[in-house]
Amino acid sequence: MLLLSAFLGDETVLVCQGFMWIFDQSNSMIPRQFQYVAPSSLKDAVSLLREHGEDAKILAGGQSLIPLMKLRLMSARYLVDINHIPKLSYIKEEKDIIKIGALTRHAEIGASKLMKSKLPIMLDAASVVADPIVRNVGTIGGALAHADPSGDWGAIVLALGAELVAVGPKGERRIKAGEFFVDTFTTRLGPTEILTEIRIPSPRKKSGGAYLKLERKVGDFAIVGVAAQIALGDGGICVEAGIGLAGAGPKPIKATLAEKALIGKKMSDESIKKAAKISAENTDPPSDIRSSSEYRKAMVEVFTRRTLQAALDRMAQR
Amino acid sequence: MAVTALVGASVRRKEDPRLITGSSTYTDDLVLPGMLHACFLRTPYAHARIRSIKTERAKALEGVVAVFTGKDLKDALKPIPCAWQIPNAELKVPDYPPMAVDKVRYTGDIVAVTVATDRYVARDALELIEVEYEPLPVVVDMEKAVKPGTPLVHDNVPNNVCFDWKLSGGDVSKAFAEAEVVVKERFVNQRLIPNAIEMRGALAQYSSATGELTVWMTSQNPHVHRLLLSMGLGIPEHKLRVIAPEVGGGFGSKIHLYPGEVIVSLLSMKLGRPVKWFEDRHENYVGTTHGRDHIQYVELAAKKDGTILGLRVKVYANMGAYLSTVAPGIPTILFGFILPGAYTIRNVECEVFGVLTNTTPVDAYRGAGRPEASFITERLVDILAHKIGMDPAELRLKNFIPPEAFPYQIATGLTYDSGNYPRALKRAMEMIGYDELRKEQVSLRKKGKLLGIGISSYVEICGLAPSKVARATGFGLGLYESCTIRVHPTGKVSVFTGASPHGQGEETTFAQLVAEELGIPIDDVEVVHGDTALTPFGLGTYGSRTTPVAGGSIALGARKIKDKAGKIAAHLLEAREEDMVFEKGRFFVRGTPARAKTIQEIALSAYTAENLPPGIEPGLETTTFYDPENFVFPFGAHICAVDIDPETGEVKIRRYVAVDDCGRVINPMIVDGQVHGGLAQGLAQALWEEAVYDENGNLVTGSLAEYAVPTALELPKFELDRTETPSPHNPIGAKGVGETGTIASPQAVVNAAVDALAHLGVTHIDMPLKAERIWKILRQSGATK
Repeated sequence: MLLLSAFLGDETVLVCQGFMWIFDQSNSMIPRQFQYVAPSSLKDAVSLLREHGEDAKILAGGQSLIPLMKLRLMSARYLVDINHIPKLSYIKEEKDIIKIGALTRHAEIGASKLMKSKLPIMLDAASVVADPIVRNVGTIGGALAHADPSGDWGAIVLALGAELVAVGPKGERRIKAGEFFVDTFTTRLGPTEILTEIRIPSPRKKSGGAYLKLERKVGDFAIVGVAAQIALGDGGICVEAGIGLAGAGPKPIKATLAEKALIGKKMSDESIKKAAKISAENTDPPSDIRSSSEYRKAMVEVFTRRTLQAALDRMAQR
Repeated sequence: MAVTALVGASVRRKEDPRLITGSSTYTDDLVLPGMLHACFLRTPYAHARIRSIKTERAKALEGVVAVFTGKDLKDALKPIPCAWQIPNAELKVPDYPPMAVDKVRYTGDIVAVTVATDRYVARDALELIEVEYEPLPVVVDMEKAVKPGTPLVHDNVPNNVCFDWKLSGGDVSKAFAEAEVVVKERFVNQRLIPNAIEMRGALAQYSSATGELTVWMTSQNPHVHRLLLSMGLGIPEHKLRVIAPEVGGGFGSKIHLYPGEVIVSLLSMKLGRPVKWFEDRHENYVGTTHGRDHIQYVELAAKKDGTILGLRVKVYANMGAYLSTVAPGIPTILFGFILPGAYTIRNVECEVFGVLTNTTPVDAYRGAGRPEASFITERLVDILAHKIGMDPAELRLKNFIPPEAFPYQIATGLTYDSGNYPRALKRAMEMIGYDELRKEQVSLRKKGKLLGIGISSYVEICGLAPSKVARATGFGLGLYESCTIRVHPTGKVSVFTGASPHGQGEETTFAQLVAEELGIPIDDVEVVHGDTALTPFGLGTYGSRTTPVAGGSIALGARKIKDKAGKIAAHLLEAREEDMVFEKGRFFVRGTPARAKTIQEIALSAYTAENLPPGIEPGLETTTFYDPENFVFPFGAHICAVDIDPETGEVKIRRYVAVDDCGRVINPMIVDGQVHGGLAQGLAQALWEEAVYDENGNLVTGSLAEYAVPTALELPKFELDRTETPSPHNPIGAKGVGETGTIASPQAVVNAAVDALAHLGVTHIDMPLKAERIWKILRQSGATK
């Protein structure tokens, strides 16, 4: 909310209720005036951010930013387009780390062979982010930095224990996914920092993951989404578990207690049910036009169970 | 040049190349020299007094040409008229000023307008207008609105009831007294937003030198718009030209006269420059009419054996803050008369209260009154079937009007033209494998799985006409349709229609009709529409009337052309007219087909004109007005099968079968397309769409992000078939098909969902069938924890 109010012009009346905006009825689809700059290096981009401070916003895929500007829910005096900066779009594996450039489009992740073989959970998400048109243009970095509480990638990076790389005036730093999300539309990124890379540890041999979400229709914000990645040791004992929730609170949530309930236990219907219950019990989801808090909570349980089962099934197939 | 049966052929649409390649011209594509852009400031309060408006800062913005408030334009702006003043209903038409002066009554009310050299500047200037409002108590809930003591939307409309309309046929009290079974329910037919892909707008150009005004606008009926604008602006019709360029859908929402079109016309007259306004999606959501929005108390009387005796209906119809152009006729005339549906229900009683609230005005939306009626009848039949333990298909077959009874006068006084209801239902049951599905349902239930099957056997009233009926119901004009058919000297044909198709494909359908009648290639026929300077006076495209009524006028016109051509041919062939035979575009004397005159040769003779029969005028052209003797009554049977996820409550359509009967089919592909589009919107009502206001009168579903319009990805594969029962009184035997999808499908889905949960004691679920709603029912019934 903090960041949102900073986006807003003085004239706009805005009330945030859950994820839904009730805005000035005269708001239209025509943005306020802004200037557009397209730096060709990260260094230039960072210095533009330093120069213009809160007046500048980074344009990656623009699939959230541009609609907000058109609705005048947000105004950026300077739009810093990072699409002309080289080497921000890639998917590669180096020393047991899978690295994704922040400008990589959702559709590129969905089509990646590396992801298909190592992290099919990424394909699950890439195929359900918004709609096909958005997927061709929107970027994983932009979506994470936007930090919509019902966004798909937030739940994914939390489940995978990813690290996010940011570049700012003082150079590069890494932020753990679990610490990245602060509040609704608010992250640890400073106003002069640019998210450049997502780093995911290469999964162990006996591991599997899945992402499932409940939505009213394709392209709608998730009612809830659940990402789960698990790894098994000898005798079917769970040695690693990551669970990320979308739509279940003011920000993407890591279901830490549910993860703990699984680790060290043999995976079974019982343990999955228990983890799902814990996952739901520890959320306090919002109510909005899409769903009540009560329903969201119940669906966190259903979808945590279904996702864990899907992750196990996937492991069995490998 | 051999021409074979064009009517009945899936000819590719003539309009598609320009639409698919994006080379067509819509209102917002138009640019005129010196054109200015207008933007409206609409109130953020649903009900408030305007204390003051300061426009100085807005006027000072560079590029702003003018800023006007409602007070500034008060004397020049006449109230928006209501053109369907239903009789015997104590109708009260509240004042509907195009711009609010003292009070605003819904969040779309316009309080000021900015005019600038650039659309962006006009929009920026809105933010510099300072309005001081005194908020007033807001009325949103219809049932609260009618209670004494509730704040009034209009001071001169007591209890917010703007009409009380009654209809009855037979003896309902007796029917209910004699009933062995009575089922009762309260239905909410939720408010919908029409969502034409192209929104609304207008460009007006006034010439003070000639006194002529041209308005390009998103219109379904340019002649009606010209007449209403002429009355509102004081410009005579012969100096006023309305053009509907390419129009990207309307679904009823572009029938009406709105404030925006009137204001830009006035601005062009005042400023002496062309002025354009085009709304964006959000403005469309608050400023363009909505549809449906009924609360219905309904009951059905029957015998234990399933014989239906009577139907009683009491409805609160939300009209919004003002009465829009044809609004009063929608929840009354187009709703009440069709309530008996496909059944021999001889006793019917209906009362409708029109209720004013601080919301966007409600008017025609695809189906307009008939979906709200068909839902009642088809849901009640299902509820009755479950109550008496009879299969819903069997109950329908028992109560259908039998095929041999047509023409059949129903209890409300309408006479259905033709129908064969059992045939359509049996075909749909065969297609979906009804008996097997019922067996599967039983076995799935044992495993805790939820399968439901829902039937909708609808009848609808369309082809809106004839004029006598229209006038008797208070409609402001007649309801006929017109055309001019001009055969050029080379035999090419221009058809000018008074209807105004905007996506329905009648440029193709009408060309097929003319080409078939005259025996010429379809490419030799061009259909012209949407320009009052070119086309004869017509009522426009809505109410599934264009093919039966305008198409009827075209068939009759083409026959008049053929008649005259026959006379000329006989003269040229030196034969008697009655000995002439017409076949595939050629006239010849019976028995001598080798010696013939083609339509093209005759056309040339008609224009060279030196050798015409006595009394025959030169030229080959005719204007025809067709005023049908009755409505047409399409019907059909839709069956839907749904699976419900017992854990989440999600309703998934497994199969959707639609058997429609729209009489004689001219272009099966276009008919399929109309059914597909109608089904998409009908299923949308059943499962996703719902316009929601909060208690302050804010439209909380104010954008496409909140209001869930489904896409192809959500929709099932449509399995279509048709039966063909021609209308006996229509010149081409056609009935309408534009609205059957929205009329038939919502209750098919709801019937299926309720059927899936019937064993849990569920009798009704209101639309949209949101997963959460079903989940709550499941949880309450103990089926899920």
